[in-house]
Amino acid sequence: MTSFTSLDHSTETSTDICMSLENVSISYGASEAVRGVYMQIPRGKVTAFIGPSGCGKSTVLRALNRMNDLIEGCTLKGRVLFDGHDLYARGVDPVEVRRRIGMVFQKPNPFPKSIYENIAFGARINGFRGDMDELVERSLRKAAIWDETKDKLKESGYALSGGQQQRLCIARAIAIEPEVILMDEPCSALDPISTLKIEEMMHELKKSYTIVIVTHNMQQAVRVSDMTGFFNVSTRADGEGKVGCLEEFAATEQIFNAPTQQATQDYVSGRFG
Amino acid sequence: MTSLQPNASLQSPDQGPFQRKALQFQPSLSRNRWNLFFTLLSAGFAGICVLPLFLVLAYVLFKGGSLISIQLLTQLPPAPGLEGGGIGNAILGTIIITLLASLIAIPVGVGGGIFLSEYSTSGPFAQFVRFGTNVLAGVPSIICGVFVYGLIVSTRVFAGQSYSALAGAIALAVLMLPTVIKTTDEALKLVPDELRWGALGVGASKFITITRITLPSAFSPIATGVVLAIARAAGETAPLIFTALFSPFWPEGLLNPIASMSVLIYNFAIMPYEAQISLAWAASFILVVMILAANLFARYLSRFAKA
Repeated sequence: MTSFTSLDHSTETSTDICMSLENVSISYGASEAVRGVYMQIPRGKVTAFIGPSGCGKSTVLRALNRMNDLIEGCTLKGRVLFDGHDLYARGVDPVEVRRRIGMVFQKPNPFPKSIYENIAFGARINGFRGDMDELVERSLRKAAIWDETKDKLKESGYALSGGQQQRLCIARAIAIEPEVILMDEPCSALDPISTLKIEEMMHELKKSYTIVIVTHNMQQAVRVSDMTGFFNVSTRADGEGKVGCLEEFAATEQIFNAPTQQATQDYVSGRFG
Repeated sequence: MTSLQPNASLQSPDQGPFQRKALQFQPSLSRNRWNLFFTLLSAGFAGICVLPLFLVLAYVLFKGGSLISIQLLTQLPPAPGLEGGGIGNAILGTIIITLLASLIAIPVGVGGGIFLSEYSTSGPFAQFVRFGTNVLAGVPSIICGVFVYGLIVSTRVFAGQSYSALAGAIALAVLMLPTVIKTTDEALKLVPDELRWGALGVGASKFITITRITLPSAFSPIATGVVLAIARAAGETAPLIFTALFSPFWPEGLLNPIASMSVLIYNFAIMPYEAQISLAWAASFILVVMILAANLFARYLSRFAKA
C-alpha cells in the first residue's frame, strides 16, 4: 500500500476500522438527503448498503471519496474519517482522496480507448514507474477478465459486452492500487452470469481491499457482504419532503436473520421496498 | 351497438352515435384530399429551400467554370484594360487570412467552450458569456469590419501599418468565435458524465480529465463546428473590405494589405472591363467549390461522432 504523505494530521487510528462516518448529513442545495449517519467500515471486509430508492445510500457512498464534490450544491456536515484523517478537512485534495479510494459506477463507463489504455491511463496519471504490461495483466487477472481480453488488448473497451465492460472498469479501479473500492450498484445493468462473476471476484478482492457496495439486490448483499447497513427514508419532522437515515448497521447475518429494528425486518423479508 | 356480429360494426353505417364507413381508403374524402394538398405544399416549399443552392451552383459553374485553367490559379490579375491573368494572389490571400483567423479563433473559442461546459457552474458569469456569444453571432459582419477598422486599422497599432492581413484575420476571427464557442460547449455537454466520473474516480485531476478523456471524446463534433466556422469566414467580404483591403500583387507579409477572393469578386464584378468581370466569375466558382468542399469535409468529420 502507498504511504500517507498528504494527510498527516492524524487524530485517532484504529487498526481494523478503515473508514468511519460521524454524524454525517448531506444536503443537495436546501433539501437534506441523508441525516445523522454514524458508521464504522471495517478494513478488509465487504460492507453493503441496502435500502429503498431515495434513501441516500448512493449519496453516502459517493461521500466516501468526495465524488459529491462534482454535484453542484451538494454539502456535507459531520466527519468522514479515513484511517483517522478527516477527508473533508481543509486542505485535503479530493484528487488524492480518489487515488486511495477508487470507485466503480452503476453503468459501465470504460474510456473510449483500447482495453490496455483503459487500465494504463489511471496508472500513468498516478506516476506509475514499473512494468506497465505486467500491471495491466495483473489488474485484468484480479478482475477475472484476463482470459477474455488477453488476445484483444488493443481493441476498444467498447467492443466488450456490458458485463465485461464492468469488470474492465473494476480492473481499472484496481490498477491504481487503492485501499478502498466503492461500488455503486455495479451489477444492476448486468445479466445473472456476469453478476455471479463479479461477486466471485469480490470474494477474492476483499483479501487485499476494503469494499463498500451499494445494492438493490438483497440476495447479493447476503452473498457478498460481511457487514450490512440498512438505510431507510423517513418523513422529515417538519412534514415536508423525505430524508434518508441509517436505520441499522450490523453484521450481514444479523441484519438478515435477527434485525433489531422493525423496519429492517420488514424490508429484508420483502414486506416493503 | 347492440349486436356482437363482427361484421356489423364495420359495415352498418347507420347505427350508433358515430357515422361508420367502410375500412377501405377513400381518396375522395375531404380529410384525405387536404392531407394530400398539404403534403405536396410542404414538399414544394422544401424544394424551393434548396433551389437557390442549385441555381447558384449552376450559374456560377456556367459563368466561371469555363475559365478554370492553370494560369488562373497561378497568375496575378491583369492591369485594367489588359487581357488574361489569374487570381493566384487572391486564392493564396484567402487561405492565409483564413488560417490566421483560425489560429486566433480556435484556441479562444475552444477554450471558452471548455470553460462554459466544464468549469463554470452555470452562474451569472457563464450565463452572461453564453448570452454574449449568441448576440455576437448575430452581429452583422460589416460591423465587425468597421469595429476592427476603428480599433486596429485607423490607429495603426501594428508597426504603424494601417490595412493588413492581420487586421482582416482578426475581423474574421471575431465572426468565427461564436460558432466555435457554441459548438465546443454543446459537444462537451454531450459527453456523458459517467466518463468524467470514471476518470476522476481513478484519481485524474480536472485538467487531465478534460485533456485526455473529455476533449478527445468530443473531438469530432468540435472539429465539425470549427470547419463550418472556417467555411463561413472564408466567404466573408464585408469584414475584409476595410481591414485587409486588396492588393493586385502577391502577399507581402502579414502587415500589408492582402488580396482575397471575396474582395476580388466585389472589386472586379463591377469593373467595366471584360477580363476583370470574367475573373470575378472564376473566383466565385472557386470560392463556392472551396466552401462546398469544407462543408462536405465537416459532414465527413461528424460521421465519426456516431462511431
